[in-house]
Amino acid sequence: MHVIVCVKMVPDTTQVKIDPVTNTLVREGVPFIMNPFDAPAVEEALRIKDIYGGKVTVLSMGPPMADAVIRKAIAMGADDGILLSDRVFGGADTLATSNVLANAILEISKKEPVDIIICGKQTIDGDTAQVGPGIATRLGFNQATLVDKIVSLDLTKKRIVVRRKLEDWFEIIETSLPSLLTIEKDANRPRYPSVPRRIYAEGLSIPIWNNYFLKLDPNTIGLTGSPTTVKRIFAPEKQKGEIFEGNGDGNGTCFAVEMILKNLENWKIIRSTQNV
Amino acid sequence: MKPVESLIFAIIFLVAMVVFIRRIYTLINLISLGNWEYRFDRLWERFKNMVFYGFLQKKVLKKTFGFNHFMLFWGFMVLLPINLEFVLSGFFPKFSLSFIGEFPYKLLNMLADIMSAVVMIAVIFAVLRRVVIKPSYLESTKEAYIILSTVGFLMAAYFGMNITAIDPKEKDLILPVSEFLRTMIISGMKDSELYILNRIFWWVHASLFLFFLIFIPYSKHLHIITSLPNCFFRNFSFPTSPSKMQFSKNMSFGISKITDFSWKDLLDALSCTECGRCKASCPANISGKTLNPKEFIHTLKKNLMENGLYIISNRPFDTIGKPMPVLNYPVPLIGNGEGSINEESIWDCTTCGACVEVCPVFIEHFPKILNIRRNLVMEEVRFPEELITFFENIEARSNPWGIAPSERGKWAQHLDIPIFSKNENHEYLLYVGCMGSFDARTKKIINSLVTVLNTASVSYGILGSDEMCCGDALRRLGNEYVFDSIAIKNVNLFKKLNVKNVITICPHCYNTLKNDYRAYGAEFNVFHHTELLNMLYKNQVLKRDFAFGEKSIVYHDSCYLARYNSIIEEPRYVLKSFTGKLPLEMGNSKKDTFCCGAGGGRMWLEDDAATRINRERTKEALLKKPNIIATSCPYCVTMFEDGLKELNVNENIQVLDICELIVEGLKIVKDTEKEKIIEEKRRVANG
Repeated sequence: MHVIVCVKMVPDTTQVKIDPVTNTLVREGVPFIMNPFDAPAVEEALRIKDIYGGKVTVLSMGPPMADAVIRKAIAMGADDGILLSDRVFGGADTLATSNVLANAILEISKKEPVDIIICGKQTIDGDTAQVGPGIATRLGFNQATLVDKIVSLDLTKKRIVVRRKLEDWFEIIETSLPSLLTIEKDANRPRYPSVPRRIYAEGLSIPIWNNYFLKLDPNTIGLTGSPTTVKRIFAPEKQKGEIFEGNGDGNGTCFAVEMILKNLENWKIIRSTQNV
Repeated sequence: MKPVESLIFAIIFLVAMVVFIRRIYTLINLISLGNWEYRFDRLWERFKNMVFYGFLQKKVLKKTFGFNHFMLFWGFMVLLPINLEFVLSGFFPKFSLSFIGEFPYKLLNMLADIMSAVVMIAVIFAVLRRVVIKPSYLESTKEAYIILSTVGFLMAAYFGMNITAIDPKEKDLILPVSEFLRTMIISGMKDSELYILNRIFWWVHASLFLFFLIFIPYSKHLHIITSLPNCFFRNFSFPTSPSKMQFSKNMSFGISKITDFSWKDLLDALSCTECGRCKASCPANISGKTLNPKEFIHTLKKNLMENGLYIISNRPFDTIGKPMPVLNYPVPLIGNGEGSINEESIWDCTTCGACVEVCPVFIEHFPKILNIRRNLVMEEVRFPEELITFFENIEARSNPWGIAPSERGKWAQHLDIPIFSKNENHEYLLYVGCMGSFDARTKKIINSLVTVLNTASVSYGILGSDEMCCGDALRRLGNEYVFDSIAIKNVNLFKKLNVKNVITICPHCYNTLKNDYRAYGAEFNVFHHTELLNMLYKNQVLKRDFAFGEKSIVYHDSCYLARYNSIIEEPRYVLKSFTGKLPLEMGNSKKDTFCCGAGGGRMWLEDDAATRINRERTKEALLKKPNIIATSCPYCVTMFEDGLKELNVNENIQVLDICELIVEGLKIVKDTEKEKIIEEKRRVANG
């Protein structure tokens, strides 16, 4: 069983501020972290490895310093990591990113066939949730997005059953391997790395693959391969809150409660209470 | 005494000595399984410690019943030379210690006679204590009764020997108790009968003595031998800081097996008499948690016995020192079986240090627990689940809640507090800490301190969003790896800013900055705010006001202040300075304070509702019927407020930090002054 986990280094968005004048992200002094959706993805891969054995490879595309997130995954228990880093990969949107990642996975699978690819559901900096499906489509893998639980895995029949967490219900689907899963943040509780593993991961040299190695068409990668353009980033203006005050009149009605319900109805947050 | 008797005695004695010495050798061998630790410095001071705490039993006597032990001990000390004479006279019937001079010899014998009676009485008291009083922390073991009855009968045989001696006047000794017993019991017996009785008593005494000698190193009474060296090799100061660790490849971290401890730790385990004082003072145990510090140390001893004896029996007899690391240990250190420590109990400890403070022979319980935590966290990754988030938050965001570091200085936004800088010549750095920066309740405390500092025109600055967590809870929870990186960052930052003096409101930050960071090259002075306030009052920068005269205040000592850093008088002086009287004292106060329950990282652990420590302490505070519970630690404030809520206390009792009290005092003084002025104006207006 060979599992590949795709991870990304992202700015800690809770610490990012938007420059009110230029409307761009102020990234100075903001620490970079492993995308919070990716840690559960790594954990899910490690759980598969714990049960079925095999190998977990971590893949990331980013600047040279992005090796930190690969080290973190290795500290958690992943076996190998590869960093895709090249200036020509830079500025990529989800289309170009998934192109590079998919081709890197093809390259990896030449040596060791890949059974499962796991991605986080989305990243906290882009929030598109497109890269995982993009990779699956390019590789022709089956895909199951929004997975919050692997129900069963049959290695001999090469079948996997997963539970998808949709807005109002769960969906349990079965598919055949190889396939790609994108993992929900609350699918599991990522393990805390041990210190010997951390020291081991710190001392590793993470191989870097650039385009000299992957030989991809420059028009399909990086900024040139990205049809998406960002026109403007802005923080939505906060609307002023309103306070309704009032005590119950003792007969089961209260002015404040009624006003709140009325407003919630008007904003279509709740259905009309009149008919209930 | 017939020659054949001497011969029989000599043989028995030699056998007993072989058994005894072999056992002592085994015990030394067991201790040598521990890691090397240098404890041979300041020998004269060590000797003095042994005299005061070993021979004069300074700590034993802190508890009332310790006097009984003191009497037993000194009874034995007096009887030691008499028994030496007894043993030698077993080989050489003519042998006597009378060569030391007539008067000293007579005195010695008289003292021995009296002390034997005292020892017998002490034995009776000890038995009564176990049978009648039955303190909960003292388990009556079979061993205890064996030893007590041996001692009792040994004394009885001693008197028996004395009163049946045919010609007592021959020795011309003054033996008041024996003389009294002689007239009571055996007046009128024939000399031949007396001789036979005398021989019987002599042999009973001899056998009990030799039995005692062998039994000591095999039982908990081993402390008779080990506690003196344990006092000698003690830590000179309270163990405020765990040792700094090195992190590199192929190392193991913390303690996972008995031989990972130092030799002194193992000597600790062998020095325990199971007196139960640690158990009786352990807040975790008292509130019903699993941890029992006495049992913890006793388990270490059992574990050492099982595994240590296994190791040394599998190597040549003359080998001594560290074992090869590949051995399989028959009994695991952590587990549920006999000789293993319950894993849950490791997380119960608040590191309050009451156990260490109270132990008569300087056993250090909680530092061992911390070392086990280190292993569980850093190698085994086995710890209460809620700690994952806590660890990650501190590592990524440098605060327990994972709030963005940029928010750290927010509390001071409208207060116009300068950012600490080299160029401004700020005298003090106010290290706010995570609680002061983010916790709503503690923000009020820090605000009060700011008011006081401004009133007193103290020159200070804060770090704002550059401040980082001090790492105390990480360290006490065993996450030394992350603590290490935080400590390095903090010390570097303080050095870069040329910080000379630091003020902190939190005793945990205080201890970490002051003691833990020493090993990281920190050279700045650290002041807890009660120390600074004390200075301000002493130098009359802050004026004395007596606004609180009406209200009764009980003061609770934070463990990390009182026990760890001996800050006891300062907060009391401050309280006295502005209320005019000393605060009320709880039963457990000053060095014997009782933890609020939040130390040792327990602030950040889920607490079983059934066994909350803060409830116990709040109850104790309420016994004093206070209007105000004063303390000087943000954790303690939180724990008391929760305690009052849990106990559904209806009366209006406030929990306040000392600096909040001062600010309230300032307000009242201002108000009364204002009233006076209004009154004055009125008077003037009226005529």
